[in-house]
Amino acid sequence: MSNVATRLFRIRGGVHPNENKQATAGSCIVDMPLPELLYIPLQQHIGAPAEPVVQRGMKVLKGQLLANSQGVISAPVHAPTSGIIRSIGKYPAPHPSGLPVLTVTLQADGEDRWIDLPAEQTSALNLDPEDIASRVAAAGIVGMGGATFPSAVKLNLRNRYKLHTLVINAAECEPYLTCDDQLMREQPEDIIEGVRLMMHAMQVSQAIIAIEANKPEALTVMRQAAQQFDSISVVTVPVRYPMGSEKHLVQTLTGKETPARALTADIGIVVHNVATANAVYQAIRHGKPLISRIVTISGGAIGKPANVRTLIGTPIARLIEFCGGFTGDPAFIIGGGPMMGQPLPQTGVPIVKGSSGILALTEAELARKTTMPCIRCGSCVKVCPCGLLPLEMASRARAGDLDGAVDFGLMDCIACGSCAYVCPSHIPLIQYFSYAKGALTEKQRMTHKQEEIRRLAEARKQRMDQLAREKRAALAKRKADMAAAKARENNADAAKQSRAGA
Amino acid sequence: MNRTGRRLTSIISGPYTHERTSVNRTMLLVMIALLPATAYGIYIFGLPALFVFILTIASCIISEAACLALAGKPIRPYLMDGSAVLTGWLLAMTLPPWSPWWIAVIGAMLAIVVGKQVFGGIGQNLFNPAMVARVALLIAFPLEMTQWLQPQPLFSASTPGFIDALHITFGTGWAPAYDALSSATMLGYVKTELGRGMALHEVLAHNYDVLGLATGSVAGSLGETSALLIVTGGLFLLYKRIISWHIPASMLITLALLASAFNLANSERYPDAVFHLMSGATMLGAFFIATDLVTSPVTYKGQLVFGVGCGALVFIIRSWSSFPEGVAFAVMLMNALTPLIDHYMKPRIYGRNRKGEPIQYADDME
Repeated sequence: MSNVATRLFRIRGGVHPNENKQATAGSCIVDMPLPELLYIPLQQHIGAPAEPVVQRGMKVLKGQLLANSQGVISAPVHAPTSGIIRSIGKYPAPHPSGLPVLTVTLQADGEDRWIDLPAEQTSALNLDPEDIASRVAAAGIVGMGGATFPSAVKLNLRNRYKLHTLVINAAECEPYLTCDDQLMREQPEDIIEGVRLMMHAMQVSQAIIAIEANKPEALTVMRQAAQQFDSISVVTVPVRYPMGSEKHLVQTLTGKETPARALTADIGIVVHNVATANAVYQAIRHGKPLISRIVTISGGAIGKPANVRTLIGTPIARLIEFCGGFTGDPAFIIGGGPMMGQPLPQTGVPIVKGSSGILALTEAELARKTTMPCIRCGSCVKVCPCGLLPLEMASRARAGDLDGAVDFGLMDCIACGSCAYVCPSHIPLIQYFSYAKGALTEKQRMTHKQEEIRRLAEARKQRMDQLAREKRAALAKRKADMAAAKARENNADAAKQSRAGA
Repeated sequence: MNRTGRRLTSIISGPYTHERTSVNRTMLLVMIALLPATAYGIYIFGLPALFVFILTIASCIISEAACLALAGKPIRPYLMDGSAVLTGWLLAMTLPPWSPWWIAVIGAMLAIVVGKQVFGGIGQNLFNPAMVARVALLIAFPLEMTQWLQPQPLFSASTPGFIDALHITFGTGWAPAYDALSSATMLGYVKTELGRGMALHEVLAHNYDVLGLATGSVAGSLGETSALLIVTGGLFLLYKRIISWHIPASMLITLALLASAFNLANSERYPDAVFHLMSGATMLGAFFIATDLVTSPVTYKGQLVFGVGCGALVFIIRSWSSFPEGVAFAVMLMNALTPLIDHYMKPRIYGRNRKGEPIQYADDME
């Protein structure tokens, strides 16, 4: 198998939003000073929330387990620094709803003292693949590009699929974000080591690190670091949003589309984010759980935009202060990039494992305009990377015709936002789709519920009928028995009489 | 809640950035593209053409405002989107330059009320509003709608003065003094002469002037005459990505191929491709009318089908119907097919085959 992807394949549609990466690209990662209080949500991943193993008032060390994973798809949470557990209770989540989730509040003692770390693991490639995956699971590593799917589950996909390639997603196609870019520039060897560990864990023979062409420095240092490994290739992919969508990245690299409603693993490929590879390296080599990450703090309303290495649980208000505070009036504070990120309800919410960026955007950057009726220009159709008809989906969703929206591809929508980005009528297309997807789920749940009720009612009726039948049968039997007994009695009497008469 | 931080503005969904596009910008760019051909049309046909142009647009704006008021919609944002102005502008370009005032006013009302607002306003109309008006006017007022004249450029001796121009537009129509100026369009002339049994080479012998058709110094509609200036505007729209090449290219190529084929078969009966491309509303139709965003298909493939249909219909109507020109009819017929084209020309969904089933790979993958 060739270790260099020699040709790339074109994806459909896509857009070229203003990159706005210059504010933070190329400036060294700075370390955020230890905050006084850390808020560590127990659900920072897709799947079941972690179950706390500490109590209020307990003293914990840096890296100590705070909460254990529950079930197959879950991830544990560790103490980002040493200190005292102040509370375990509800605290607003870094999510648009601002709904409270179970959160551990940790007061830092300022010593930042680690648990007893194991000796450096220099021969990790001799470990059992299963062992690597379970160490990754124990370290609480989740997809750090924002999807936050537990990484160990993906490493273990080798058990169910015939895998051949690991793709490292370093496209970083969202505007503003440069945290992956900067991580690659500063720690290329660590990343490559992490990639080798993941390849071993997945038992695949090759890895492709895909980086968008707008990161020439990262490309150079990553190529250098990967040079000695034939099985790892670093590939320049074109700058086009949404290049970082894993199915589209795989298509760019291999020309293969992932079948609808399937995983890339179906075509033998698993995609991990580049920051995840670094986290895997830290976990396996140094035994350090995932307790910090690099976050891009940027946007027109931020004083001094920067890439900051910060502990999980740091309130974003502290980070914004650290980056010079607000200079302008932010219209929105976004967690993630401006295309797919989500607005944060307030600045008190903490950084979590999936926080790639915190953007304070001014009204001018949003370029919002009044929504006008659709003029059927078809721009949305032309930029859709999935071949959908966003204008038709939106008009169906608006009319409440959910099945119609599904016919035009609602369930195949990846919510990349390209359509809404180009819409000259400024129609909030993604909002319509989110609504329709939600309503559809609700409807399916209702249908399911009704079917269950019908099934149960049916079963009950059958049960009752059965009981009635049995009762009738028992009654009939008793009657028959009694009749038979009576007959026998009569016969006996008759016999007696006849005998007496004889 | 405020204990932990500042409360921010209400939540809407992303993306939190937007391309510098808007409906007004789209309309404005189309108007900029129309400007050279329009200015030239007003120049060669004088003040009456300017009056018709202004009157048509003004009537469109008033009709639009009236409809919006009746429908209880906000007037300002909808008027400011520029679509009514553009509809009026396009309609004016297709009118005879010295049309009387009521042609402009009735046309504008037909376009906005019947062509657009009864369907529900911007984005909802099935047919191109300007073409609805143009076709209705042609059928209702065939005489006024075919009264063409030789160019009488501004500042030349023969151009009417301000008072005369007012008389032409707002008076009883053409004064007998101007009868000498009247002239048929090239398409009309050829149709009439061929109908009288003349051979094409005889018909074209005197009047055919390709350069005149290209530059536009010929009799014709207010803004349709200069093929070159319209193409310039069209290229500008292509460059600005307001339109794509699919409709203009497929429409013009289809028309050219059909014209060439029939011209080869019978050159005394069928004019050649250059004649078809340069005359009448071909260029205006290909770049500005058929490409109307609302009434044309949304996919590139659909647009190709649409363009081919337009080109073929233009040729059919010009060659075998009783009308000398067929762009308006052709575009409207294809407008009617647009929903059907959109239905059948859906793009293939990622990860699915044409039937919408998930893709399946053979098991013997690497």
